[in-house]
Amino acid sequence: MNNLKQTLTRHLREIMIRKLFAFFAVLSVLLLGLIVLFLFREGLPLFKEIPVSRFLLGSAWYPTYDPPEYGIWPLIVGSLIVTMFSCLIAVPFGILSAIYISEIAPARIREILKSVIELLAGLPSVVLGFFGMVVLAPWLQETFDLPTGLNIVNASLMLAVMAIPTISSISEDALYAVPREFKEASYALGATKYETIIKVAVPAAFSGISTAVILGMARAIGETMVVLMVAGGAAAIPRGIFDSVRPMTASIAAEMGEAPFRSGHYHALFATGIVLFLITLAFNLIADQLSAKFKKEGCGTL
Amino acid sequence: MRKQLRRFIPVVLCLLACAGTALAENIVIKGSTTVLPIAQAALEAYMKANPGTNISLSGGGSGEGIKALIDSSTDIATSSRGIKDGEVELAKSKGVNPTSATVAVDAIVPIVHPKNRVRDLTIDQLSQIYQGKITNWKEVGGDDLQIVVISRDSSSGTFESWAELVLNKAKVTPRAQMQASNGAIVQAVSKNRYALGYIGLGYLDKTTKALTVGGVPASARTAVSGEYPISRPLYFYTNGAPKGETERFIRFVLSPAGQKIVAKTGFVPTLDAVKAKPKQKK
Repeated sequence: MNNLKQTLTRHLREIMIRKLFAFFAVLSVLLLGLIVLFLFREGLPLFKEIPVSRFLLGSAWYPTYDPPEYGIWPLIVGSLIVTMFSCLIAVPFGILSAIYISEIAPARIREILKSVIELLAGLPSVVLGFFGMVVLAPWLQETFDLPTGLNIVNASLMLAVMAIPTISSISEDALYAVPREFKEASYALGATKYETIIKVAVPAAFSGISTAVILGMARAIGETMVVLMVAGGAAAIPRGIFDSVRPMTASIAAEMGEAPFRSGHYHALFATGIVLFLITLAFNLIADQLSAKFKKEGCGTL
Repeated sequence: MRKQLRRFIPVVLCLLACAGTALAENIVIKGSTTVLPIAQAALEAYMKANPGTNISLSGGGSGEGIKALIDSSTDIATSSRGIKDGEVELAKSKGVNPTSATVAVDAIVPIVHPKNRVRDLTIDQLSQIYQGKITNWKEVGGDDLQIVVISRDSSSGTFESWAELVLNKAKVTPRAQMQASNGAIVQAVSKNRYALGYIGLGYLDKTTKALTVGGVPASARTAVSGEYPISRPLYFYTNGAPKGETERFIRFVLSPAGQKIVAKTGFVPTLDAVKAKPKQKK
C-alpha cells in the first residue's frame, strides 16, 4: 500500500516536472513569437508609404528629410560587406585553431587554448569597439595613410575577433565528434597525421564546420556595438575597402532613440530590423540543414 | 527577541514613510545629450541644496525625451530642438500639454584636428563641404588632403539644428561619417587630420581645434550677441506649467545661480540670450 502510494507520488511528481518544463519551453517560444509579431507589426506599415523594392534597392537613406527617403541598399551592402570580410579573416583562424586544438595540441596546451578562446568570446563588444576606435583606427590611418581609420577593414577585423570563438568552438566540437575509428583506419592504412586531418577528420566534420562558419557569420551580421563604433557610418555604397560603411544594425541603434514614435522613420527602422531578421533566419536555417546532415553521418565500427 | 522586533516596527514604518515622501519628490529628466551636462550640473547643485530630493537623469536624445514626456514617463524632457507639430498632436491625443522653458543657448562649433591649417570657414563653405561639393581641404585654404566629413546621426537634435542653421535643409552627403554622440565626434576628429566635425560648445576641449565661422569665433559672448551664426536655444519641456518640485527645479535652473552653472558647463545663459537672439525657434 505504502509502496503504491510512493509510486503514485513519484509518478505525480514526474508529471508535474514534465508540465513545468513544457510550460517554460512554450513560454520562451511564445515570447519569441511575440517579439517577431511586434517586429512585423511595427515594420510593415512602412510599405503603405513606399513599395518594398524602393525600400530594399533605393540608394538614398534620408529618413529625417522632407520628403524622406528610405532606401536601405547601402545599409544592406554595408552589412554584407563587413560580414564577408570578417569571415575571410575569421574562417581560416577559427577552423585552423579548431584543428590544432582538437587534433594536434597536447592536452595541457589544449586546455589553455580552449579557455583563452572562451575568454575571447566573453569580451564585451563595446570593449572591442572602443579598442577599434581608439587604437586600431589611428594605427590603420597612419600605416596606410588613409583619410579615415573608421572603415570596412577596421570593422571586419573587430567582427572577426568576435566570430573566431564561435567558429572555433563549434568546429572543434564537430571535429571531436568524428569517430575515432575513422582516424584509426586512416592511420592503419599508413596515412600520416597531416593526411588524416585533411582527408579524413575535416571531411567527416565538414557539415559541422560549415554550421560553425554560418553561425559565425550570423553573429557578425547581427553585431551592433562594434560596427556602430568603428564602421564609420557613411550611408553610401563603398568604393573601396577603406571606405566607411553603415551596416543595418548601426543605423537602427543610432537612430531609434530619436525617431519620432510611429513615424515613417520609426517604421523604416523596424522594417530594416525585419530584413536583418530574415537574413539571420536564413543563416540559421542553412546551419540547421547542415547540422541535420551532420547527424546522419554513420559510424565505422565493425 | 520578539519584543525587540516589535519595537523596530514603528522605526521601519517611519523609514517607509520617509521613503514614500522621497518618492514623491522624485524628478525624472530625460532627453537631449546636448543638454545633459547642464542638467547634470544643475541637479547636483540642486540636490546638494535640497537634500531629500531625488532627481534621475538620462540621455537618449531630444526625441527620446519628448517621447517619454508624451508617455508621461518623465517630468522634464530636455530638448535641443523645438517640439514638432506631429509630436504636439500625439501629446494632445494622450492628454499631455508640452510647455517649454528656454534654459540655455547652445552654439554649435565646427572642429578640426589641431594640426589642420584651416582656421575659418564661412557658413557657405561649411554647407558645400557637408553636401559633398567641396571635398578637399585645399579648396578652402588648407593642405591637399581629402575632407572626411563627420556628422551626427540624422535623428539627433544637434544634427537637426546643423541641417537647419548651416545646410538650410540641403542633404548631407551620404559619404559623411556618422557618430552617435558629441563625445564620439571629438574622439574621431582628435585622431584624424582629415576630419571636419561639429559639436555643442559645451563639448569643446583641447584635443580639437574650433574653427571660426565667417570670422566670428564661437563663444558665450558671440552666441548671445547673435554674431555667431550657428546657435540655438535649449529647452526643458514639461506637461503643462511645471508643478511642485519640478517647478522649483526649473526655477532654480533659470535663476542667476542656475544660469551660472549653465555658463560653467560651456553653454550660454538665457538671461541675456533670450533678447539677443532674434531668430528663436518656436
